Amino acid sequence: MIEKSWLIPLLPFLGFLINGLGRSRISKKTAAVIGSASVLCSFILSVLVFFELQGSAETGVTVKLFEWIRAGSLQIPFSFYVDPLTCVWLLVITGIGFLIHVYSAGYMHADQGFGKFFSYLNLFVFFMLILVMGAGYAIMFIGWEGVGLCSYLLIGFWYKNDAYNDAAKKAFIMNRIGDLGFLLGIFLLIATFGSTDFTEIFPQAAGFQSGDGRLLAITLCLFIGAVGKSAQLPLYTWLPDAMAGPTPVSALIHAATMVTAGVYMVARSNILYALSPVAMTVVAITGLATAIFAALIALTQNDIKKVLAYSTVSQLGYMFLALGVGAFTGAVFHVMTHAFFKALLFLGAGSVIHALHDQQDMRRMGGLKKAMPVTFLTMLLATLAISGIPPFSGFFSKDEILAHAFSRDPLLWVLGFAGALLTAFYMFRMLFLTFWGDFRGTAKEKQGIHESPASMTVPLILLAVLSVVGGFLGIPEVFARQAHLLGGFLAPVFAASQEVLPAMHVPHSTEWILMGISVLGVLVSIGMAWSLYVKKKRVPAEDTVQRSGLVAWSYHKFYVDELYQALIVRPLDALSGFFYRVMDKRFIDGIVNGVGSTILAFSSTLRLLQTGRIGSYLFYMVAGIILIFLLNYLIF
Amino acid sequence: MSWISTIIFLPVVFLVIILLLPSRFREWYRYITLGTAILQAGIACIIYLRFDQAGSDGFQFLEKVPWIHLSLGNLGRLEIDYFLGVDGLSAPLLILSAVVMVAAAISSWEIKENMKGYFALFLLMDAAIMGVFCALDFFLFYVFYELMLLPLYFLIGMWGGPRREYAALKFFLYTLFGSVFMLLVIVGLYFSVTDPVSGAYTFNMLHMMDAANFVPGAVFSPEVVQTILGVPARLLGFAVIFIAFAIKVPVVPLHTWLPDAHVEAPTPISIILAGLLLKIGGYGILRICFGIFPDSALYFSWFIGMLGVISILYGALNALAMKDLKKLIAYSSVSHMGFVLLGFASFTTEGTSGALLQMVSHGILSTMLFFLVGVLYNRVHDRFIPNFRGLASHMPHYTAFVMVAFFASLGLPGFSAFIAEAFTLIGTFNSQSVNGLLPRWMAIAGSLGILLSAAYFLWTLQRMFFGTTRFRGGEAWSKQLIDLRPHEWAVLLPMALLTLMLGIFPSLFFDLSNSALANMVQELFETGKRHLDSLQYTNNLRF
Repeated sequence: MIEKSWLIPLLPFLGFLINGLGRSRISKKTAAVIGSASVLCSFILSVLVFFELQGSAETGVTVKLFEWIRAGSLQIPFSFYVDPLTCVWLLVITGIGFLIHVYSAGYMHADQGFGKFFSYLNLFVFFMLILVMGAGYAIMFIGWEGVGLCSYLLIGFWYKNDAYNDAAKKAFIMNRIGDLGFLLGIFLLIATFGSTDFTEIFPQAAGFQSGDGRLLAITLCLFIGAVGKSAQLPLYTWLPDAMAGPTPVSALIHAATMVTAGVYMVARSNILYALSPVAMTVVAITGLATAIFAALIALTQNDIKKVLAYSTVSQLGYMFLALGVGAFTGAVFHVMTHAFFKALLFLGAGSVIHALHDQQDMRRMGGLKKAMPVTFLTMLLATLAISGIPPFSGFFSKDEILAHAFSRDPLLWVLGFAGALLTAFYMFRMLFLTFWGDFRGTAKEKQGIHESPASMTVPLILLAVLSVVGGFLGIPEVFARQAHLLGGFLAPVFAASQEVLPAMHVPHSTEWILMGISVLGVLVSIGMAWSLYVKKKRVPAEDTVQRSGLVAWSYHKFYVDELYQALIVRPLDALSGFFYRVMDKRFIDGIVNGVGSTILAFSSTLRLLQTGRIGSYLFYMVAGIILIFLLNYLIF
Repeated sequence: MSWISTIIFLPVVFLVIILLLPSRFREWYRYITLGTAILQAGIACIIYLRFDQAGSDGFQFLEKVPWIHLSLGNLGRLEIDYFLGVDGLSAPLLILSAVVMVAAAISSWEIKENMKGYFALFLLMDAAIMGVFCALDFFLFYVFYELMLLPLYFLIGMWGGPRREYAALKFFLYTLFGSVFMLLVIVGLYFSVTDPVSGAYTFNMLHMMDAANFVPGAVFSPEVVQTILGVPARLLGFAVIFIAFAIKVPVVPLHTWLPDAHVEAPTPISIILAGLLLKIGGYGILRICFGIFPDSALYFSWFIGMLGVISILYGALNALAMKDLKKLIAYSSVSHMGFVLLGFASFTTEGTSGALLQMVSHGILSTMLFFLVGVLYNRVHDRFIPNFRGLASHMPHYTAFVMVAFFASLGLPGFSAFIAEAFTLIGTFNSQSVNGLLPRWMAIAGSLGILLSAAYFLWTLQRMFFGTTRFRGGEAWSKQLIDLRPHEWAVLLPMALLTLMLGIFPSLFFDLSNSALANMVQELFETGKRHLDSLQYTNNLRF
C-alpha cells in the first residue's frame, strides 16, 4: 500500500479538478459528495498505510515518482517519503479534513460559491499532503507555498469585502517573508549537503559536531519559515486577521493543519536542531514568548473567532516550546490533540455564528446552552481539553511539554504554567459569555436560534470524542509503563536526535507535584472566570469605551499592527514613490531627454547658418581657410 | 533548405505575397500572418524533436554558405558567411520565439488601419528575430539585429498609442546608441581573428570564441594587454557590447525606454518587445559578450551581478508605485529580467540554467500579461488601475487567467518562474563557495524581489479584481466588458498550460540545454580565468 501512497494526494486533486472545472454545471449536493468522498478515500488509504508501516520493520519508505529537476550537479527527484511522522500528519489532515468537509456542506449550503469553496478546500488538502509527504525540502516547499495560496484564496473567499481581501493579502505576504527564510535554508542545505532529500541529508548531518555553524545557519533560516507559517512572534499578525475566511476554513487551515506545518518542519529536521543548541534555545524562547503574548491578547477580545485565533497562536507557541526543549514527541502529540479540540472549538463557534446569522460578537450572545445543547456540550468538552483538565486530551500533551520544560529549566515551566492559567481563563470566559447568562442580541435574532443540522453536529460529536480520549495515546510514564503509544510509534523518527540530546530526568514525585499544581492553578483560574462572568454577569465594554492600562494594551493587541504599518508599509510606499517620481522620471529620464533637447537646441542654432545665400557661404569658406592656415601656423 | 533557413525565411516569402496581394484582400493578411506563425511553430516542434539533447553542447542544424568573400588587396580577404546553427542555448529561445509569434499574430486582430504595412513589417520583424537567434557569423547577426529594429520603430510609431512618436524615437535612439558602438567592436574583432583554415580575417563567432584564432598583437588579442585611451581593449570591447545588449534587457539605469515603448505599443508589439526582444539582450550577453570576452566577463562579474540585483529591486519598487496596469507589468519585466543577469554573473550551471529558463518563462508569462492588458484595453480603452473595481464577478474567466499569470509571475511553485528564479538564486548563492565571484548577500537581496513581486501583484489583484464591481465608465463599460472571446482563449489557455508544464516537468527544458550550459559555463570560466591571470589587469573591479 505504501508504494501506492501517491494516491492519497491525487484523490483530493482530482476532486479539485472536477469541482473547479465544472463548478457551474455541478449541483451543490454532487460537489459536496465529490469533495468529501475524495478526502474520505484518502483517509482510508492513510489508515491502510498506517497499519502497514506499523507492521513493517522499516522506519521510512521512499516512493520515487519521477525525475523532477536535474541541472548541473543538483538532482531533485519528485518522490514521497512515508514514515511514522508523515503518518501522524496524514491521519490528522485527512481525518479531520474529512469531518470539516462534511461540516462545510451544512455550513456553506446557502453560499453562491459552494462549488468553488469545495474545490479550494480539496486543493488545500492536496498541497498539505504534498507538504508532509515530500521526500525532501524542495517538495515540501511546493506544498508549503501551495497551502499558502489556498489560504489566500480561502481567507479572501468572500472577495467583495475589502477588509477580507486585506486580510488575505496580509496572510500571503507575511507567509512569503517566512518562505524566503525557508528558501534560503534550502539554498544552504544544497550548499552544505548537495541535496534536498531527507534520506541524503540526515545521515550526513548526524556526523556533524554539535554547534556547527552551518547547521546553525540552516536551522535558523528554516525556523524563519516556520515562524511565518505557524504564526509565531513576530510574524503572527496575519492569523487573527485570517479569521475573515469562512469558519470551516479557520478550523481546517488556521487551526488544525496548515499552521502546524512549521512544527512538522522542525520535527522533521529534528537532527539538525538537536545539533544546534543555539537554534533550539531560539525556538524555545520564541515559542514561549508567543504563547504568553497571544494569551494576553486573547483575554480581552470580544469576537469569538478572534479569541480562538489568538488561542491557536498561543497553543502553537507551546508546540514550539516543546520542540525547543527537545520534546519532539510532545510537540507532535500536542499538534494532534490541539487539532482535535481546536477544530472542534472553531466548528462549534461556526455553529453558533450560523445560528445567530453571522453574529460573531460575544457581547451579543449569551444563554445559548438550552437552545444549542449539542454545540454547547461538545464545546464544553473541548474547552476542558484545552484548559488541561484531566483526563481530557489537552492535559496529557500539555503536561508532557511542561515536564520537559521543567527538566530543561524550571523558569520555563513557571512561564509555561502562567500561560496555561491565562488559557483556562480566556477559554472559559468565552464559554461563559456565549452559553451562560441571558441572551443579549436582538429579539429577532433570539427567535431564529436553532441547533445546527446533523451534517454539522455529527462532526462536532466525533471531534468531541477524539478530544476526550485522544490523550490516552500518550499517557506519561508516571501512570503506566510503556503506555506512550504515540511515543513508541514515533521513536524511530527521533532516535538519532535523542542520542544527542540529554534525556529528560524529572523524578516521579516531582512530576506528580507539578501536575497537581498545574491542575489546581487551572481550576482556580476557571473559578475566577466563573465568578466574573457568571456570578457577577460582567459583559465586556463596548468598543467606544476608553480602556486604560494593561487592558488597553491587550485590547489593542499591543499596537503591533500599527507598529508594522509605521515601520514597514509606509516607508516602503514612500520609497517606491520616490524611486518612480524622482529617480526614474526626474533623474534618468531627465538625462535622456536632456541629451535629446541639448542636441536639438544645438542643431537648431547651427541650422541658422544655412541661409541659402551664396555670399554668406563664400564668407564661411574664406573664414574657414584662414582658420586652417592660422592653426597650421600656430601648431607647427 | 534546412529547417533553420526555412523558419527564418518563411515569413519573408509570405511578406512578398502580402505585398503583392491587392488591398481588397486585406482581410486575408491576418490569416496569412497567422498561418506563417503556425507553420513556424510547427517547424519549431520539429527542431525540438530532432534536436540531439545529449549533444546539445555542439551546434546542430548547421548551415554554412559563403556569402561575401572579397579579396581586399593587402588588407587580406573579407570573409562573411551565411552561417546558422542552434545549440542548447539558442534552441529554447528559437522555439519560444515561434510560440510567442503565434500569440502576437492572434492579438494582431486588433489592428484595423493600414493593414498591408502592418503585416508586412510584422513578418519582416519575425524573420529578423528568428535570424538573430540562429546566426553564428557576427556580421550576419548584426544584419538581423538591425533589421529587427527598423520594423519595430515603425510598428510602435505608426500603430501605437497617443505618445507613440516620443516612445518610438526614444526606443530607436536608445538602441541605436548601443548598436553603433557595437559595430566598432565588431570591426575590431574582425581584424583580430583569423580563420584557422584559410588564414583570412573572419566574422565567424565560433572562431572568435576560440582564443587560439586571435592574431598575436591584435587589438582584442587575449595574449597581451592592449589599451585604447588607457583602458584595456578587451575590457572596453566587452563593456561596449554589454551596454548595447544591456539596453535591450533592459538593465537599470538603461531601462527608461521600456515603460514608454511598452505602454505606447499596440498589444502584439508589446508582446514581442517583452516576450522576445528582451531575450535577445540576454542571449547576446551570454553568447557574445561572455562567449568572446570570458576574461572580461569574469572581471566584471561582481558588477554585472550588482546590476542584476539593482534591476530586480528597482523594477519591483517602481512597479509598486504604478497606476497604469501596462506600466506596472513593464516594470515587473525589468525586475524579472534582473534575475537573468544575476544568473549569468554567477558562472554556475545552476545559475545559468535558471537564467535561461527565466528568459523562456518570462517570455511566456509576459506574453500572457500583456495580452491580458490588451483584452481590457481593447474593450474600454482604459487601463488605469483605479478605474476598475471588482472585475472578478464581472469577468470571471478573464480574472482566472489574470490570477494564473500573476501567481505564476510572483514565483509560485508549480509554475515555470519559480524554478527559474530559484535556480538563479541557488547559482548565485553557491557562487561564493564554488568560484568566489558573487557574495551571498546578492542572492538574499535578489530573493527580496520575489517578496516585492508578491506585494505588487496581489495589491493589483485586490484593487482591480476584488471588491464590489464599480467602473469609472459606469453602465457603458459594464456592457463593453464582456468575458473572454474564443480567440482570446486560444492564446491564454496554451500559454497557461505551457508555464504550468514547465513548472511541473522542468526537465522538458533542462534536458534541452543542460549539457550545453554545463560545458559552456565551465569552459568560459576556465579560459576566462586563464586569460585573466595572464593579463593581470590592474586592481580588480570589486567594491
